[in-house]
This record gives sequence, C-alpha cells and structure tokens, in this order.
Amino acid sequence: MAEVLLENVVKNFGKIKALRGIHIEVKDGEFLVLLGPTGAGKTTTLRIVSGLEEPDEGNVYIDGVLMNGVAPRDRNCAFVFQNYILYPHMTVYDNLAFPLRSRMWRVEEGEIRKRIERVSSILKIQHLLKRRPDRLSGGEQQRVALGRAMVRNPRVFLMDEPLSNLDAKLREEMRVELKSLQKNLHATFFFVTHDHVEAMTLGDRVVVLNQGLVMQVGSPEEVYARPHNLFVARFIGAPEINLLEGEMDAGFVRCRSLRVSWKIEDFPFLRGISKIPEKVFLGVRPEDILLGVGSERGEVYLIEDLGVDKVVRLRAGEVLLRVRISQEAPVRVGESVSYDLRREKVIFFDPMTERILT
Amino acid sequence: MDGKAKAMHQKALGEYRLKLYFIGPTLLVLIIMNIFPLIWSLGLSFTNYSSLTSKQISFVGFANYSRILRDPFIWKYFQTTARFVIVAVGIEFLLGFGLALLLKEQFKGWGLVTTLILVPMMLSPVVVGLFWTFIMDANFGVLNFLISLFGLKKVLWLTNPHIALYSVALVDIWMWTPFVMLISLTGLLAIPKSLYEAADIDMASWWFKFRKITLPLVSPLLVLAVLFRVIDAFKMFDLVFIMTGGGPGDVTETVSMSLYRLAFNKFKTGESCAMAYIILILIIALSNLLIRWINRTKAA
Repeated sequence: MAEVLLENVVKNFGKIKALRGIHIEVKDGEFLVLLGPTGAGKTTTLRIVSGLEEPDEGNVYIDGVLMNGVAPRDRNCAFVFQNYILYPHMTVYDNLAFPLRSRMWRVEEGEIRKRIERVSSILKIQHLLKRRPDRLSGGEQQRVALGRAMVRNPRVFLMDEPLSNLDAKLREEMRVELKSLQKNLHATFFFVTHDHVEAMTLGDRVVVLNQGLVMQVGSPEEVYARPHNLFVARFIGAPEINLLEGEMDAGFVRCRSLRVSWKIEDFPFLRGISKIPEKVFLGVRPEDILLGVGSERGEVYLIEDLGVDKVVRLRAGEVLLRVRISQEAPVRVGESVSYDLRREKVIFFDPMTERILT
Repeated sequence: MDGKAKAMHQKALGEYRLKLYFIGPTLLVLIIMNIFPLIWSLGLSFTNYSSLTSKQISFVGFANYSRILRDPFIWKYFQTTARFVIVAVGIEFLLGFGLALLLKEQFKGWGLVTTLILVPMMLSPVVVGLFWTFIMDANFGVLNFLISLFGLKKVLWLTNPHIALYSVALVDIWMWTPFVMLISLTGLLAIPKSLYEAADIDMASWWFKFRKITLPLVSPLLVLAVLFRVIDAFKMFDLVFIMTGGGPGDVTETVSMSLYRLAFNKFKTGESCAMAYIILILIIALSNLLIRWINRTKAA
C-alpha cells in the first residue's frame, strides 16, 4: 500500500485548462474521494496519477518517489475505468489473468488460478469466469473490472466513477462492498465521483474539485457542515442549501427577502468574527429550518415526498425556502405555518470573495 | 376482400413493382454479362468447339477435362502460379502489415505519407507493367543503373529464367502492398485506444500488448486482406502478359497466361472453357478453406 502526493499539478489540453495547480495528498490506507461536477478535472487527476497522462507542471509522488516520466506499467497502480474497458475477445478468466501474465516475471498458472478463485469468490463472479464481457450485465462487468484490479497487489486503486453505470439498487450494494473491500485490504483508494452521496458515504476524506482547482479538503462531515465557499455549499447536499442575502444593521442581521431581522448575538458563528462585511450570504441547510415553531410565518407551496422524509417548498417573504421535514409532519399545501432557523447551524459567506466567514 | 384490404394489397404490389424497377437493370446486366457466359462456357467445356473453325460441334464428354488434368505442363504452370502467389502475397503481407503498424501512430505529414503509399494501388496494371518493363530493362533500365552505382553487375531482370518470375512478383508486391496496408490499417485503427491504456495499467509490455490485443483483434481483417490477394494473385495475368509474355521459355507462364494462350492463340475454345472451370473450382476451394479458417479463429 502506498501514499500519493500531487504537488501543484497543472494540465492543459490545448486551450482547455483541465488542472490549474492542484495539491492533493492521499494517505496510506485511506479512502479518498475526489468530488466535482463534470469537467472539474477529476478524471485527468486520476490519469496523471496512473501515468496515462503526464502533468504539464508540478510533481507526482507515490510513496515519496517522484513519478514524473515513469511509464504506467512501472507505477503499479490499478485503474477501474468508468466504462470498465474489459478485453472484449477474452473470457472473464483471461481478463482477470491478464495483469498476472503480462509481467516479465510471469506468475505461475497454478498461482494465477488460485488468485482468480479467491478474488472471484469475494466479488461473487465465479459463475461468470468462462463468459465473454459482452455477455455480462453492467454490474457484472463492473465487478470483473474491479477483480482485474484486485488480482495483483497494486499500490493504489484508482477508480473513475465505477458505479455511475449501475442502477440505483446495485450502486448502493456496490458502495457497501467497496467500502468493506477497502477496509479488508487496508488499501489506498483514490475514488472519483460526481455524486455527493457516494462521496459522503464512501470517503474517509473528500476533495472537492471545480474547474481544475481544489475547493476544499476535509471529512464528509466537515465539507457538509462547514463548506469553505459557495460552490461547495451548493454542490454538496440535496436538496440544495438555502442561500439568503443579509445585511448588517446596528446589531441585527436583516434579511430583506424574508422580511425578517435577527440579532447578531443569536448566531454563534458570527460572534467570533471580528470584521463582518456589510452584506453577507446566509447558508441554511434544508434540515436546519424548523416548522411549527418560532414567530415567522410562511405558506406551504409544494411538498415533495421522498419516502423517508419530505421536502417542503415554503413561500416566505419573496423567496421559496427548501425545508426538510419528517414523513409524519402534518403539513398541507396552501397552509400557513410558522418557521424558525436553527441559528447555531447557519453559515455565513462573504458575497465578494464567496468564501465562508470565519 | 373489403376496400381497405384491397388498397393495402395494391400498395404492396406497387412497392414490389418499384423494387423490380430498381433491381431489374442490374439483374439484366448480370444475366447477360456474367450468368449467361458462365452457363454457356460450362456447356462449351464438354464440346470440341473452336471459335476459329466452323466445323461441326460435337459433344465430347469429359475428354477436355481429362486431357488438361493429364497434361504435365499444366501442373508445371500451377506450380509456377503457386510459387508466385506464395512469394508475392507473403511479402505483401509482411510489408503491408509492418507499414500499417508504423502508420498506426499519428505524426506530422501522416496524411501525405499515407496517400503517397496508396498511389501504386490506384494505377492501371497495364501501365504499371509497361513502366516497370522499362525500369527493369537490362541495358537502359533505371534499376540496373542504380545497381551499377554500387559497383554491382547488370541483372537480367526479365530475361534470366531464375529471376524473371521474382521480378514480376516484385512488381506485384510494389503494386499491392499498399492494399494490404490499407486493410490492416483500418483494422488497427478500429481497436479502441482505451484497450491499450487498460493494458498499460495492467503492466503489459509492447510485445504482450501486440500478441494479446493487436493480433487477435486485427486478425479477421488480415485474413481478409490475404484472401483477396491470394485470389487476385492466383489469377495473375496482366503483369505477366505485359512484362514477360510467359517467358523466358515458360518460366513465368501462370495458369491464367496459359489459359489465354489456349483460348486465343490455339483457339481451343472447348478445352479452354474446361480449364477455366478447373481454375474456378480451385479458387472456390481455396477461398472456402481460408473463410473456414477465419470463422475458426473467430470462434476460438
């Protein structure tokens, strides 16, 4: 197992700036998730670690050894591609054996058989070994691709959205399997996804990437509760965070659109800040708005039933707030209800820098 | 039949007629130019007909076939043809596939180089035969001039009985290597790059990738290219006719050349038809063998 370090890595494809100086550290035995929207540079980052792509600037280290210019075959990284890329003309068995037969010091066929049996029983693909990839379902192909990464002992597992082609149920199963696999192998996983649920459930740490820049690094809880900037706040969490404009006014935070003012002292996060700008953004997660308490009132505009809980669109002042409430809560469309913010949870952003106020 | 069904029936009939209008002309040409001569010549192959004399035509049964199959010269010509096919197609395959491997990678001027390589294939065989006859001329040919620059002796390219067949093969190679290259290149470029990336990750060497990915995935097209070339080279006539006329002696006499002589020098039309059929059957057998081999490699 190994640690990976990316140091000020820059990568351009013609005029497109894929990576604009990123710094990422993957610790030994860690499950690191790289999260970001399409075009953020996630796949490019993985390809640079694997050696399929060379950085234009900056350095890549694996276990402290500089990897710039080292061929992929000398890096010993496993890569699970988004569309799996199994060898179409070989059986599943031969696909799994490929990385063991390809080396100069070839693994003995008996040993290969043993390893494939072990891996295929972990992944439950023993019954598929004689089939060709085109006769497999997406989930089966995905497990074969995973198996191909597991048969040898790679230093790092690089995974490029491996679950994105699976249906919701299978994806959930595979999430659990991946996580336990990583725990059992004590392996270093570098996992790319655009799905924040995947990132939150899988990652020991999450790196949020946008337009080739690292936005935030932290545990899933940190990234969710204390997003460093507006982008992270918006990107993580569904339904999306409520962002409200606020003005500082003689000891009060006035929210024009809601037609409400709160005392500054009510917000614990604001108390510690020495210099508060005139204008701020208030970030309120949907579950941090409580219904049926407080003095402000709003009108229930729409109810989305998600099964476990409900999301209410509450018309308050001039805006529609997203509010997450429990399944049992008795609300009806058109009803007028009182609401309140959990003020200890409200996050403040500087509208100029789009950064969190600390 | 009610009105609606009748209308449908008429519409179907109309479509059928339209299809006939489109296919008809092609069918007509095929029948006149291919199918009729095929059947007619089969009939002639059992007669003693000669297109030169107007004597009574009589049915001779398999006499033509047995005469040809017992003729020792015919077997010699078949051997000559086989030697030509093996040498020419073998080298065309090696050179063509090799060139395709080189051209698989993009480089500056790729388009120009590829187009230039394809030029020989686009020329008329008669033109090629003519100018290579000049190039290979023993006294004033460019080839011997170039050789003399290295202090080597003149080579009698087309008149030395040990060399003539290989000289013709050389021209065939010059002309048709691009064809093998083109088909191989198509096959090579059709292999997704991502497979090579996966193999890179799986720590495969160049040779391992070539053996386990390139060859298996390109082989159906390689076999196809060889099949085309074998059939074509087996029928070799134009280059031989222009460059050596089958000589010196009969060392470059291919079966097609000998067939031509039989039909249009000796005017033994019936016998030549029989020989044409023997060649046809051989080519069909040969291509069937190759096609079966393709299918077997596919199934494996």
